[in-house]
Amino acid sequence: MSKVQNLEKIIDAFGPHLHDEPYGGWRADRVIDKVVPTHCPYCAVQCGMNLLVENNHVVGFEPRYDFPVNEGRLCPKGVTAYLQIHHPDRLLHPLIKRNGVFEQASWDEALDLVVSKFKELQATHGKDSIGVYSGSSLTTEKTYLMGKFARAGLGTRYVDYNGRLCMVSAAAGNNKAFGIDRAANPWDDIPLSEVLLIAGSNCAETFPVLNKFLWQQRDNGGRWIIVDPRETATARQGDLHLQLKPGTDVALANGMLHVLIEEKLIDQNFIDLRTNDWEQTKAAVMRYTPQVAAEITGVPADRIVQAARLYGRAKTSMLLHARGIEHHSHGVNNVLSYINLVLATGSIGAPGRGYGTITGQGNGQGGREHGQKADQLPGQRSISNPEHRKHVCEVWDLPEAELPQAGVSVVEMFQKMREGEIRGLLSICNNVMVSLPDTNEVRRSLEGLDFYVCIDFFMSEGSRYADVVLPGSTWSEDEGVTTNSEGRVVKINKAADPPGEARADWWIVQEIARRMGREKYFDFDGPLALFNEMRVASRGGNADYYGITWEKIEKQNGVFWPCPTEDHPGTPRLFEDRFYHPDGKAKFHAVAYEPPQETPDDEFPLILTSGRVVYQYLSGNQTRRIGFLVEQCPEPYVEIHPETAMTLKVNDGERIKVVSRRGEGVFPALIVKTIRKDTIFIPYHWGEELAVNQLTNPALDPISKIPEYKACAARIEKIHSRQLPILGEKRKGMSRSEVR
Amino acid sequence: MDETMFIDPQRCIGCRACVAACRECGTHKGYSMIYVDHLDRSETTATMPTVCLHCVEPTCALVCPADAIKTTEDGVVLSALKPRCLDCRNCVNACPFGVPKYNTAMHLQMKCDMCFDRSSEGLKPMCASVCPTGAITFGKYEDIVPLRRTKPVNAHVFGNQKVETKVYLMLPTDANDVEVDGCGVFEGRVRTEQQPASESWIDLQVEQTDKSNEF
Repeated sequence: MSKVQNLEKIIDAFGPHLHDEPYGGWRADRVIDKVVPTHCPYCAVQCGMNLLVENNHVVGFEPRYDFPVNEGRLCPKGVTAYLQIHHPDRLLHPLIKRNGVFEQASWDEALDLVVSKFKELQATHGKDSIGVYSGSSLTTEKTYLMGKFARAGLGTRYVDYNGRLCMVSAAAGNNKAFGIDRAANPWDDIPLSEVLLIAGSNCAETFPVLNKFLWQQRDNGGRWIIVDPRETATARQGDLHLQLKPGTDVALANGMLHVLIEEKLIDQNFIDLRTNDWEQTKAAVMRYTPQVAAEITGVPADRIVQAARLYGRAKTSMLLHARGIEHHSHGVNNVLSYINLVLATGSIGAPGRGYGTITGQGNGQGGREHGQKADQLPGQRSISNPEHRKHVCEVWDLPEAELPQAGVSVVEMFQKMREGEIRGLLSICNNVMVSLPDTNEVRRSLEGLDFYVCIDFFMSEGSRYADVVLPGSTWSEDEGVTTNSEGRVVKINKAADPPGEARADWWIVQEIARRMGREKYFDFDGPLALFNEMRVASRGGNADYYGITWEKIEKQNGVFWPCPTEDHPGTPRLFEDRFYHPDGKAKFHAVAYEPPQETPDDEFPLILTSGRVVYQYLSGNQTRRIGFLVEQCPEPYVEIHPETAMTLKVNDGERIKVVSRRGEGVFPALIVKTIRKDTIFIPYHWGEELAVNQLTNPALDPISKIPEYKACAARIEKIHSRQLPILGEKRKGMSRSEVR
Repeated sequence: MDETMFIDPQRCIGCRACVAACRECGTHKGYSMIYVDHLDRSETTATMPTVCLHCVEPTCALVCPADAIKTTEDGVVLSALKPRCLDCRNCVNACPFGVPKYNTAMHLQMKCDMCFDRSSEGLKPMCASVCPTGAITFGKYEDIVPLRRTKPVNAHVFGNQKVETKVYLMLPTDANDVEVDGCGVFEGRVRTEQQPASESWIDLQVEQTDKSNEF
């Protein structure tokens, strides 16, 4: 149904095109009539920024010095974020695909088509024949709406969100260890910490403004231990770099815990009073001597000992981790093995002592709390817990029998599309053709659908496969809250109206539900009404937002949840006196090392790992259209160690074919000593033939269902291409200022 | 103005937020005056920002035949005055740090003026405002230096010429001056067979984009 027949025409009409100027061009004589304090649309630092508005058009930004997290700082994505608002690629009208061509349609026409198709599919194949796939770059209000829309609007069990691809392993690990899913400390604690253990995070590129706190810690005399297979900008600046083989984190963490035990660097008092299951864990790590750990991880044994001593002897320490340890078929175990180190040293629940996950998406935290996850209801409640179901049904005034049971994770949803169980899909805030593993299978899933509707503000690689595309809003065209990576709820403010016929996302989703005959459950007059219902729905849950109001957020520069009552100031630091398991204790988990699902062999001798660059955000649907960012990094490349390149006779800049069991792609080689000899790296932000996810392994973690993006087996083939990497803008006779 | 800039290369993460933000400056709207270079991408991820160091005796002004480059009372070296600029590019070629740019379309030299429109109103320059790590910091010497474990250096020796700058480089604590040999070229690295034959293409890419002094 939804094949893409004329890709070139679609790209011609909807981009990505490069655009690099504010509305009306670069002008110094603006008359700014409104300065709107808000936050960056990208990562979960949620930097404060001011948008400058002239005649209902956002024409620039100004650093927001008074927001305490970033104090004006921004990364290049944040600096150029406002350039997407008036981008010529913006979708301005609803689109219906007829005979393979997107045609402009009226809202009524498009919405009625969506509703009639959904009704038809559900009448023939049952309620669960429609899937909803959402995202975490939306405001929390919208994520709450998406969960309610799927369950109460469509009555389908199949809803999930793109955090599944992001950090759901961290969420599952947190819940298992601490009984709650949130970073334990505010970032103000980082500078108070003597030693930081940063595992699987190149935060210099992926979370740039966090480095403010890291360097404050360093200025105070602090040290960093960095765990990463690549010597990233973060690892280069650190004190001790553990350059492990991708996917061997459990062995490394267990090896460090072994040393901590041997050298009596553990806090037995804390372990006895505040944790469970220590003995099993202690027994389990006994076999991970530094030598055993060294053999598995490829990190020299003395470095493991050094790291354990540095971490164990510090009076204050914090663990920060990100996708590098989470994107694995044993991602939850990786997370738990590092948390064991935190619990064994008792370094948690006090200033400078704690634990933090580095969230990927802007609202990665808020987006996974209020019921758009396959198994979850608002307030981090479980959809399979009868009491939790009852509470939410009461808030929604929905008969409990009508509330579906748990669905499945997004990768499994796409399997169900191929199997024909899911026949229709509504997606918002994601780009499946870039971000899901094994994109060739994803394409088959989309092509097999009876009906696919996409809400987006740019035509993404995924939306090209849709039957109907509805033009939504950018972050600056609506208001609502997001929760940053430290658990601080902040407020996004509206700067201007959406352009053309584009509408606020919440209006579009609610309108579909209303036209489905479910207006009883969807009579919100705006984001504030959604927020207020969400507060009540989350009340008493782990992620309790009941006491948070928009006014309080503005007044306090953000509110940390849980915040159970209106006079409660919020909770910046968790676990000061109790953990969130019923007995108030944290849990150790004895985890054994298991290799990634695919390990190198004669046919595929290299380990392929994927990641990000600082100039692009996630699937790149926003950032691959901004001239400045694209000029810095126009295409993906493959990082190879010089010795590996020598053996394969690959030259720097030469285009080579990278092949895995699932697919292949051609990338220019970037020969660098900063990567392991057995590992190659490709950044993931691009689609179609440039997608590293043509190659990655969709193997899932058994608990979190996160795919294994960070390790699969691959080989390199020479193609004797003479095409060079895309260099920066070539000057053809005229200079750049003259071209302009 | 008691404030100045402090450049700390070891903190630079190469994100080029400064380069992007520089374009927002009112006096050269849309054009960036900052360079961020990989030192040698094949060896390391290290990067280095170059902004105008605002020399006490600016070479660019000394070589200007039209006296178009003025220094403020605070020691900020300004862009060439448009009515005076002769289009000769002496300054672009003479600056020992390679800082000034030449706008071909406008027949005009352009350079960093420490965001004069902002700093004169008590606001920090754009680059120092956005820099995530503090690799570019704007502030008073007595406020910034005690916070850091680095040594502020503002003397650059190019053979016989010693250049004193308003802007400080933050260097390891044993550094005195920044010394460049007589020809202005650092000692070359000895290449071995294993090493790639040329500079990494990522470095060349930068050469093509923001490293060129003409645009």
